[in-house]
Amino acid sequence: MKIIVSHAKTLVIAAMVAGTTTGLATAQDSLTRADYERPTDIPFPEENSYSEAKAELGKMLFFDPRLSRENNLTCASCHNPSFAWEDAQPTSVGTPMSRLGRHTPTVLNLAWGELYFWDGRAESLEEQALGPIQAGGEMAQDLDELLVELRNVPGYVQFFENVFPGEGVTADNIGKAIATYERTLVSAEAPFDRWVKGDDNAISEAAKRGFEVFNTKARCASCHEGWNFTDWGFHDIGLGDADEGRYEVLEFDALKHAFKTPGLRNIVERAPYMHDGSLKTLEEVVDHYDSGFVKRPSLSSEMQELGLTASEKSDLVAFLQSLSSDDPAVSLPKLPN
Amino acid sequence: MSSKYLHAALGLGLMTAFASPVLAQDAVRISQKGKQFSEKQLSLTSGQSVVFVNDDSVAHNVYTIVKGKKQDLGLQKPSEEGSIAFDSAGTYRVRCAIHPKMKMVIKVE
Ligand code: HEC
Ligand code: HEC
Ligand SMILES: [Cu+2]
Repeated sequence: MKIIVSHAKTLVIAAMVAGTTTGLATAQDSLTRADYERPTDIPFPEENSYSEAKAELGKMLFFDPRLSRENNLTCASCHNPSFAWEDAQPTSVGTPMSRLGRHTPTVLNLAWGELYFWDGRAESLEEQALGPIQAGGEMAQDLDELLVELRNVPGYVQFFENVFPGEGVTADNIGKAIATYERTLVSAEAPFDRWVKGDDNAISEAAKRGFEVFNTKARCASCHEGWNFTDWGFHDIGLGDADEGRYEVLEFDALKHAFKTPGLRNIVERAPYMHDGSLKTLEEVVDHYDSGFVKRPSLSSEMQELGLTASEKSDLVAFLQSLSSDDPAVSLPKLPN
Repeated sequence: MSSKYLHAALGLGLMTAFASPVLAQDAVRISQKGKQFSEKQLSLTSGQSVVFVNDDSVAHNVYTIVKGKKQDLGLQKPSEEGSIAFDSAGTYRVRCAIHPKMKMVIKVE
């Protein structure tokens, strides 16, 4: 994906216009297909614009164990590119080898996000990045100590000075560099995208039927919408655990047990599923939506028993599988000394 | 009958030239459709209220903070509506609690 500095607003408008014109010109099914067209550029905020050097610095920090107290964990220990930037565990292990309460989400396609963490408690990626560095259960690093540590690495001092002239190594700048790198992490074109563009042989007939079910009978698209398959919103989908999610941040009854809708790109590689990692396979996920959810007052009104047939269920899974892209391998950065 | 309906009724009977000052006192309708508000920004005079109508196929939950207190319209299912009165001057950020990308700013003078 080509990186162009632009603002979310312009992008959304461009995407919508593209969707409408194709939709008007062709049949109903391509109208829904067009609603899933990939954007052409990544939005970066005005306050933290893109530069190649900044993204490069952010990548170093993302892969640098010196960001953790014991110098043994990196962001990528949990957000591992080999598992679509997750860790293939129900809930992850941090410092000192303690289990965290929630499953590691992917860091793919977050440039388009609104609020971060499962419960939306961070307003920006810049703010988010400083969270895990200090979190007791994660990297457990004292921020002031980290600044001292990094300022003692001449290579870092030079990199920071380059990217942030006159400011150097500060907590804000660590957040800005990591956030910039994260925004460049975009899932590549999947078979589904080639089908959206008009290649009718790019996905199986089962996946095509699954796409139809996803948008109609199963109502998945009322929450998983657009090219990244998320409304970036918060919903209670009736998982049984006690975690109150978004309600702990914003006390509205509708937000009890509500968690952020994850995007569905590269979802096969991201097992196990949900904020508590409680569902092991996509088949289990589909069964959950069909009838396996807990009914309680906060359950989203978009959640209804679906009565899917066995073939509709396997079609849905085939569709979800078509969202995986063959992303290029990620090389480890050389770290400064 | 609340005063806003009286104004509306009067407005219908008057000539167009008189209609706009009357409407200025009226409630403004904001639609929620496609997980967006129909306006991103709105200017009001104090005392006006805004009726938020859910024209979408999914539920919404509009809220704002007025003088440090949450004004919560609660869960609005499709085609339901609810209103918030803006009695004092200020800038208010209105958002959907379920879909945080849905937001608008209301300036009250
Ligand atoms: C010990 C494992 C672990 C480490 C190390 C870790 N994370 Fe995370 N990360 C998580 C978990 C678990 C969550 C979800 C926590 C929650 O939502 O309450 C998360 C959430 C996030 C999110 C939010 C994603 C979203 O969709 O909202 C981002 C971004 C992120 N981490 C980036 C980072 C960065 C940058 C670092 C390194 C500075 C890092 N993480 C280190 C486990 C980890
Ligand atoms: C009411 C909104 C809503 C609907 C409808 C919905 N989802 Fe979800 N989906 C969510 C939310 C919210 C989560 C995360 C829930 C959690 O972890 O607590 C989620 C999680 C998932 C996950 C796991 C993602 C991950 O990173 O672990 C998959 C896969 C998924 N949904 C697929 C579907 C499919 C398929 C359908 C239709 C059968 C569907 N969803 C319908 C909101 C919805
Ligand atoms: Cu909403």
